[in-house]
Amino acid sequence: MNYRNLTKIATTALKRNKFRAILTMLGIIIGVGSVIAMLSIGESSKQSIREEMSDMGTNMIMVMPGQQRRGGVMMGNSNAKSLTLKDITALKKDAKYLTEVSPQVSTSGQAVKGNNNWPTSIYGVDASYLDIRKYSLEDGRIFTDKEINSLAKVCLVGQTVVENLFADGVDPVGQTIRFDGIPLKVIGVLKEKGENGMGMDQDDMILAPYTSVQRRMLAITHIQSIYASAVSEEQSEAAIEEVETILRQQHKLKEGADDDFEVRSQAEMVEMVSSVTDMLTLLLGAVAGISLLVGGIGIMNIMFVSVTERTKEIGLRMSVGGRGFDIMMQFLIEAVMLSILGGIIGIIFGTGLSYLASFALDMPFVVDTQAVGLSFLVCSVIGIFFGWYPARKAANLDPIDAVRHE
Amino acid sequence: MSKAIIKVSELRKDYHVGEMTVHALRGVDMEIYEGDFAAIMGTSGSGKSTMLNILGCLDKPTYGEYQLDGVNMGTMNKNQLAGLRNNKLGFIFQSYNLLPRTTALENVELPLFYNSKVKSKERKERAMHALEQVGLADRMDHMPNQLSGGQQQRVAIARSLVNDPVVILADEATGNLDTRTSYEIMELFQRLNDNGKTIVFVTHESDIARFMKRNIVFRDGRIQKETAVTDRFNATELIKALPVDEDYES
Repeated sequence: MNYRNLTKIATTALKRNKFRAILTMLGIIIGVGSVIAMLSIGESSKQSIREEMSDMGTNMIMVMPGQQRRGGVMMGNSNAKSLTLKDITALKKDAKYLTEVSPQVSTSGQAVKGNNNWPTSIYGVDASYLDIRKYSLEDGRIFTDKEINSLAKVCLVGQTVVENLFADGVDPVGQTIRFDGIPLKVIGVLKEKGENGMGMDQDDMILAPYTSVQRRMLAITHIQSIYASAVSEEQSEAAIEEVETILRQQHKLKEGADDDFEVRSQAEMVEMVSSVTDMLTLLLGAVAGISLLVGGIGIMNIMFVSVTERTKEIGLRMSVGGRGFDIMMQFLIEAVMLSILGGIIGIIFGTGLSYLASFALDMPFVVDTQAVGLSFLVCSVIGIFFGWYPARKAANLDPIDAVRHE
Repeated sequence: MSKAIIKVSELRKDYHVGEMTVHALRGVDMEIYEGDFAAIMGTSGSGKSTMLNILGCLDKPTYGEYQLDGVNMGTMNKNQLAGLRNNKLGFIFQSYNLLPRTTALENVELPLFYNSKVKSKERKERAMHALEQVGLADRMDHMPNQLSGGQQQRVAIARSLVNDPVVILADEATGNLDTRTSYEIMELFQRLNDNGKTIVFVTHESDIARFMKRNIVFRDGRIQKETAVTDRFNATELIKALPVDEDYES
């Protein structure tokens, strides 16, 4: 007995019962389809989040003031004053893994222009901030060193602020707006950036020289945070370590003392968000996997029915020379063909579903090739696993009883 | 005397049913020769079915020897017995046992599927030839449910011929058929026998047994008597003598 003959026998048997074959496959189709769709949608949502986050600069590094102890009393993070302009100078001078460093001080308040007013935030930064945060100018210019040193009352405005303060067609550059009563001359307009990965409007902001915000608005000498660019995303890790070393020296922290600041990289954030979506994908995939298992049990069920129903056929095949092994292989091949065919249809179905989903949710269309390969493998295994027992049952029938079975 | 195709000696078969032991065969000696056409007869419980199962290599005797075409089947394992059935035996059943929703041709091809030496082209040719021998050359693509009972049994006979067996074993092959169709089937068997086929035919109908050359009657697991049929029926003549049935259309 050769496998070509057995395959032909199995195909003929399936063709004789097309409708039942399709019904049996349905479980596998839905199972595989949902596994593929879930994993693909998970992968594409991960990619879309990654894309959005890399818009914010994946090589960005943030330094925030951290815990502080004053004689055993923990101070909150928000009013910590551990970062100073001296730190900026030190980082600019010593850090090899950083290309740009900018301080940031910010406050929120009401921006006013004529009859219009708008609640927004003002960020006190230096010129390198645009590169670090991946902002670009639409119009005008960035402030100069001279303006920074002279606490100049100038600013750049984001698109949301422009829309809310200026009438259509009015060029904001050269106009003067007021922020918390302080007049600021608009010298530039930022290009629109849209929402970030967390749904925050990145265009609702005003940028001004950090010196102006520090002294004129907040009346402080420390800075609230530091933004910097690492040489590359891959070097983020090394850059974080370097920043930590420099700042510990600056702050004269003893060996073993806690950091009074916190360094985070955008790469870390991406990792964090990715791990959340990975977890979700895994969860959805597991649920879909269960439905695949149910599909497999469906195949076993039908194969059992089929063996009982075809007892007489099995007896006949045995009496004309079919060995137990031939009979077993026939039923096993039938089960595997059902599950693989179901798997192929399921892959097509799942891919189509994830295409529709990516279209509807406006995400990149990704086919998780690993998931496709895996489902295919799983289908074959399911066919063999769940086909085995009914096939054994068929092979172990007594030909005398089977052929006379009514 | 011609060569013995089947040779059994001292054949016994015991079945265990719960605590009891049933002696289905209690020592049978029998020989079937090449070109023989023997009826195995007997009432139910006489052991004729058990005998047929053993002759058909579907069951093994508890004691005794069985040689089929010079091969001792007592020493063979299950798979070798399956090979023996495939190469040397042809089966015909009372209820035809055709695969449903499968054409006559494919039904006849079935035994050859289990013979890896036969390629698909040869398989088809041999099946077509077998169907021609039983007069169904024009029904090859018909499904069993499109065929009459007699035609279905002819397909089954073709299936038993397709592997060119040394002996054909028929189990009540006319049991489900009316008289005329029975005679027609017997006519086919007589023709096959005239052409040299060895046939063993199990039946409980004495008039069917009279179409054969020899009658072997079983009773209580033993051969009660063995007779040569002297006034043998000729199926062709009998069919001519049958009254013309108005309902019957050939």
